[in-house]
Amino acid sequence: MKNKTFADKTFADKTIAYLTKGTLGFSIISIFLGFIIGAIILAIAGFNPIQAYGVMISGVISRPSYIAWTIIGSTPIIITALSIAFAFKTGLFNIGAEGQFIIGGITAAIVGYFVELPSFLHIPLVLLAAMTAAGLWGGIAGFLKAKFGVHEVISTIMLNWIALYLNNYIVLIEGFRRATSQRTHEIQRTANIVILEQWKRSPEGREWLRGHDFFGDALRTPLNWGFVIAIILAIIVWYTLNKTTLGYELKAVGYNRHAAEYGGINVSRSMFTSMVISGALAGAAGGLHVMGISKSIASLAAMEGFGFNGIAVALIGGNSSLGIIFSGLLFSALQYGGSKIQPALGAPSEVIHIMIGAIVFFIAMPKLIKYILHNIKKKRGAKNAG
Amino acid sequence: MLDSLGFIIGTTLMYSTPLIYAALGGVITENSGVTNIGLEGMMTIGALIGATVGFYSGNPWLGFLAAGLAGGVLALFHAIASVTFEADQVVSGIAINFLGPGLALFLSRLFFEGATMTKAIPLDSKMPRPLHGIFPRNSFLDLVFNQYATVYMAFLLVFVLWYLLYRTKLGLRIRAVGEHPRAADTLGVNIYRIRYLCVILSGVFAGFGGASMSLAIVSNFRPTLVSGHGFIALAAMIFGKWKPQGAMWACLLFGVSNGLVVYLGRADAPFQISVQILSMLPYVLTLIVLMGFVGRASAPAAVGVPYEKGER
Repeated sequence: MKNKTFADKTFADKTIAYLTKGTLGFSIISIFLGFIIGAIILAIAGFNPIQAYGVMISGVISRPSYIAWTIIGSTPIIITALSIAFAFKTGLFNIGAEGQFIIGGITAAIVGYFVELPSFLHIPLVLLAAMTAAGLWGGIAGFLKAKFGVHEVISTIMLNWIALYLNNYIVLIEGFRRATSQRTHEIQRTANIVILEQWKRSPEGREWLRGHDFFGDALRTPLNWGFVIAIILAIIVWYTLNKTTLGYELKAVGYNRHAAEYGGINVSRSMFTSMVISGALAGAAGGLHVMGISKSIASLAAMEGFGFNGIAVALIGGNSSLGIIFSGLLFSALQYGGSKIQPALGAPSEVIHIMIGAIVFFIAMPKLIKYILHNIKKKRGAKNAG
Repeated sequence: MLDSLGFIIGTTLMYSTPLIYAALGGVITENSGVTNIGLEGMMTIGALIGATVGFYSGNPWLGFLAAGLAGGVLALFHAIASVTFEADQVVSGIAINFLGPGLALFLSRLFFEGATMTKAIPLDSKMPRPLHGIFPRNSFLDLVFNQYATVYMAFLLVFVLWYLLYRTKLGLRIRAVGEHPRAADTLGVNIYRIRYLCVILSGVFAGFGGASMSLAIVSNFRPTLVSGHGFIALAAMIFGKWKPQGAMWACLLFGVSNGLVVYLGRADAPFQISVQILSMLPYVLTLIVLMGFVGRASAPAAVGVPYEKGER
């Protein structure tokens, strides 16, 4: 008996020590606390939190199409999070992923609609065009910072709005605009990245899918190659930051620009390069969104939030490529699962924004988490001693 | 011609108002050394609470005060994180920007039978227009001065805040805390108390800003109402070099473009110009201005840095 409590204690202590060591631990604890806050809010509003979480979980995993929707939803925010994390690691705060996403979308819609090429050329061309345009868009903020000392937070807020109005201007250009609507024409089928799009609609395809429940259900969604590209981009970002001279230099500027400058790194150029890469990533997200989901761009009344959600995903994922993939999936699962508690229980879906806000809030305060854990440890210690 | 000018000035004043409140919120918190990127979230919760209390009580002033309170409560969280627990202030602000709109929509659904749009406030319980009916209808003076009370109060608040920051002992302390907290601490100023006060006030102002939209410009809350105004206010605050009067001028710049957009969107506008291109203009202008003469103006030295007593 005595041995068991002793083992318990060391296990708990080990866990606490492990969790407080790195960002991963803080993220996990913050996520846990976020769920508790969500439960409390739901309970205060008169809903059963366990029931609500049950609906959310089964709403995400109980059918192949649900899982597919979660993956689809995670794709753009994983990539915008990579964009933001890349900037973070190089000492820049890219609030402009939102606008760079829009620029990527505009470019993809233009190149996807006006250019006619076979698929194996068209898809890479659209993606590269979206990344280039958004990279240059991000580069404006980098240039303004390097050359004129304009803080990137402010310049990117401005650029977000300019991008939004530019989007609305381009959508309405005659010849591109779909008659009498607030949308553009759809991109060519050769630029479409939905998995088996042609085959899915063919008679044989339909026949086969009817006979296979799992694939039939999963492929009812616009499941596309975007997620695979997101993973590839995550690997490229990880590799660039950790294994290349470029990544080393950019990070060095992020840690201490004066030291980097003394070490012979061109600080101005590094800032510009960082913002170009960060912008290109967000642009890829926008481009893939057009190629895989929306197929066209529409007039925007407000920001769609892909960039802002990406900030939360990057923070929850501790700015690491692997962490971002998981936190992107978590964010998307919350969003998709959360949308189901409204029809099922009448509980406001927006509780998930409160949860995400709470998670980010706790991530901002490692000191609070340390403090809580320290008290738990003390209590356990007192209990064990007594 | 004069009427058109009156119309543009009038709409400019109306649209600048929410920005001015929120930007003043930014001014006071940043002068005490705490960044508040969460103005957007605080405006959103203010807009919802203002519209809700205004609708159910029938009293716009009660709604306005409740909105300030709601913004202040949300700001309290930001203060706890960034002052007491030395959080990364930008990250905490981002959290607020999820919490504010999330809470606003959540509460809206609870208060208004599952709708994310609150019910419209009846015309006579909207914010009053103190100078209504004094000037001939649609005359120049009427178009310019027949404004909601919130508009006048915003400009009054600019003056009050300027006076507070530059003409009172408390203002001197606030600026000292923002510039050099250690020196202020040595002289016996309570850094934590000053920062709590300023952060909470910034939330109150942002809440007022939200309510000045939902109780005056329109008569309800809807999910896209605030959409980005908090960020523009943040930019206006920096554009205005962290000073109340500067922030006011920057907000008026954003407001005038809004006024022009509305004016040129009217059927009787003298010429047609792409509304989208026009809408871009203030943002492009801000970038250009920032490149030129705002470049050297700098933020309060200690902004964004948590203060820890006894640290060297």
